[in-house]
Amino acid sequence: MSEARSPSSSARSSLAPLRELTMARIREFGRERGAVFWTFGFPLLITVALGIAFRSPGPPRLPVVVVDGPRAAEVRRALEADPGLEVAVLPADQAGARLRAAAALLVVEPGAGAADRVTYRFDPSRPEALGARREVDDRLQRAAGRADVVPTADATAIARGGRYVDWMVPGLLGMQLLSGALWGNAWNIVTARQRRLLKRLAATPMQRAHYLMSFRLAGLLFVPAQVLVLFVFARLTFGVHVHGSPVAVLALAIFGSWSFAGLGLLCAARAQNSETANGLINLVTLPMYILCGVFFSSSRFPAAMQPVIRILPLGAFNEAMRHVVNDGASIFAQGFPLGVLLAWAVVSSAVALRLFRWT
Amino acid sequence: MNASAPDAASSDTHASGSPRAVCAIRIKGLVKKYADVVAVAGLDLEVHRGECFGLLGPNGAGKTTTVEIMEGLTAPTSGEVEVLGMRWDQHADELRARIGVTLQETKLFEKLTVEETLRLFRSFYDPARALDVEAVLRDMQLGEKRGAWVQRLSGGQRQRLAVALGVMGDPDVLFLDEPTTGLDPQSRRALWDTISALRARGKTVVLTTHYMDEAERLCDRVAVVDHGKLIAIGTPSELIDGIGGHHLIELETDRPIAPEDLADVAGVRSARRAGDGLALSITEPHVALPGLFARLGARATRPTRLVSRVATLDDVFLSLTGRTLRED
Repeated sequence: MSEARSPSSSARSSLAPLRELTMARIREFGRERGAVFWTFGFPLLITVALGIAFRSPGPPRLPVVVVDGPRAAEVRRALEADPGLEVAVLPADQAGARLRAAAALLVVEPGAGAADRVTYRFDPSRPEALGARREVDDRLQRAAGRADVVPTADATAIARGGRYVDWMVPGLLGMQLLSGALWGNAWNIVTARQRRLLKRLAATPMQRAHYLMSFRLAGLLFVPAQVLVLFVFARLTFGVHVHGSPVAVLALAIFGSWSFAGLGLLCAARAQNSETANGLINLVTLPMYILCGVFFSSSRFPAAMQPVIRILPLGAFNEAMRHVVNDGASIFAQGFPLGVLLAWAVVSSAVALRLFRWT
Repeated sequence: MNASAPDAASSDTHASGSPRAVCAIRIKGLVKKYADVVAVAGLDLEVHRGECFGLLGPNGAGKTTTVEIMEGLTAPTSGEVEVLGMRWDQHADELRARIGVTLQETKLFEKLTVEETLRLFRSFYDPARALDVEAVLRDMQLGEKRGAWVQRLSGGQRQRLAVALGVMGDPDVLFLDEPTTGLDPQSRRALWDTISALRARGKTVVLTTHYMDEAERLCDRVAVVDHGKLIAIGTPSELIDGIGGHHLIELETDRPIAPEDLADVAGVRSARRAGDGLALSITEPHVALPGLFARLGARATRPTRLVSRVATLDDVFLSLTGRTLRED
């Protein structure tokens, strides 16, 4: 009957608004230098700082002093053959001072002749001093001709993917994605509401879901870039390897960030100003940074808390990501953490949409 | 629920030849209460198709609330609102496609360019109906700024962009909430020309303002609102006639003189105290002035200040409320 123009019908079927809104998000992001830095640069700085601070040192070298005397040079030669020892030759009084200042673990007083008694002076309450004594004694006995009766071999190599930096990088990715999802969604939406841009958009025939979807679609571009930048950087600087499938890593990152975006939407649902948004974002993110094994293992928390940590979104994400990246596990073996992420995504988005205010 | 628009609404889209025949907006018994304040206290209004209708009142009079209810952005506490023959609770989608909105002080996407912003908003409308971006850029004199980020625009340019976004969907009704507040005189006049041009193209324009010169210059009819109530409605000259004369004499004297001493002078319609002196409504100054001087002479009083001027809507507001529009 009525040939009523339903002007929204053609716009409704069209994806042009969604494309334009997503492009607007990407343009705004790219033109905001601060956002680019916090999204891409800052996580690299953290990686470098933590990677350096907690890099695996070589085997510790034990400081040892040989008291100067006729046989000092000979003893020194014997000891310097051991890469685990740091040997100095000093007069007796200075050697004693070193020992008292704990700058040396052990003072070696050679006897007058090759067969004369060697004296070790050390503080037995220090475990390293006992180690140094055994090491030095072993060297000197062998140098004097003692033979080993049982052949031995050392296997001291650290397992691949077992260093702190290997463990840390997946957690940093989780932190980066959580932070990006919350600031990128909640902050932008709340400031748009505060500046009445949401109200202005709500006065157009724009489909409201398109506006909210545009954030997730833009994430499809940002998240792979973040993953790529972080893992390439970690590979080049610290030799961190991805042991699982790179596709799985990417899929997990996208899935995780969509789950986190639901939390962002929830924070943004009602907040009227950026101060409130700021508080809510910190309230959501900071406890998870501490609890969910970003900087240190969450196993340090009591056993009673472990189930809680596993059902936090960041905890679930880090668990799954570490299995894939460090252990080379399949993404399909991560049913529990993936289920947790899915539940958070669905529940937080659904509640957020119910609460959401455009004005 | 996406009900189609009623026939009346769809057919009158094409009835721009006889715009007065149909109401663009009809409001009855509109009330909006917030927790601690009554913003709109029972308002009845009709806006005719094709006219420029002004809501004039001081800050806090309820103008913005009224307009945002018309725009479907705020739900009324009670009362009826019909826009283009449709209601917001039944035809929200159609209505949004057929109105254009410029909010009071909207911030847009600060880091998008003017052109990108226009293209974004254009995408929300039916492409067959929406205006051409190039034409809008030209009409709103934004062509030179098309590549500039929104955050780099001047106040006047931002406001022109806001109006440009309002007209992007070629709306049947355009709402402008305080379009020139905070603008310099030159930008104000430029925007007035733009709005006049829209009205000349047969658009219905609803604008709020607390500038009486703006209302007088742009509006076919003006509703004066105060404390959420309608206190007068009509064309600007009807309203000015309503206070008893098109001319006004402001008078201060060396000795005090009461309004009633002058009220019966020939040509004086009314007299009242205003500030340190008196304000007299006059029909014709050349009739009133000789009588006025004679009366002052008879009282041995000399005028220390005498101004004769044309009455404005500000005088209308003053005589209706005892306050000026600009009092905040």
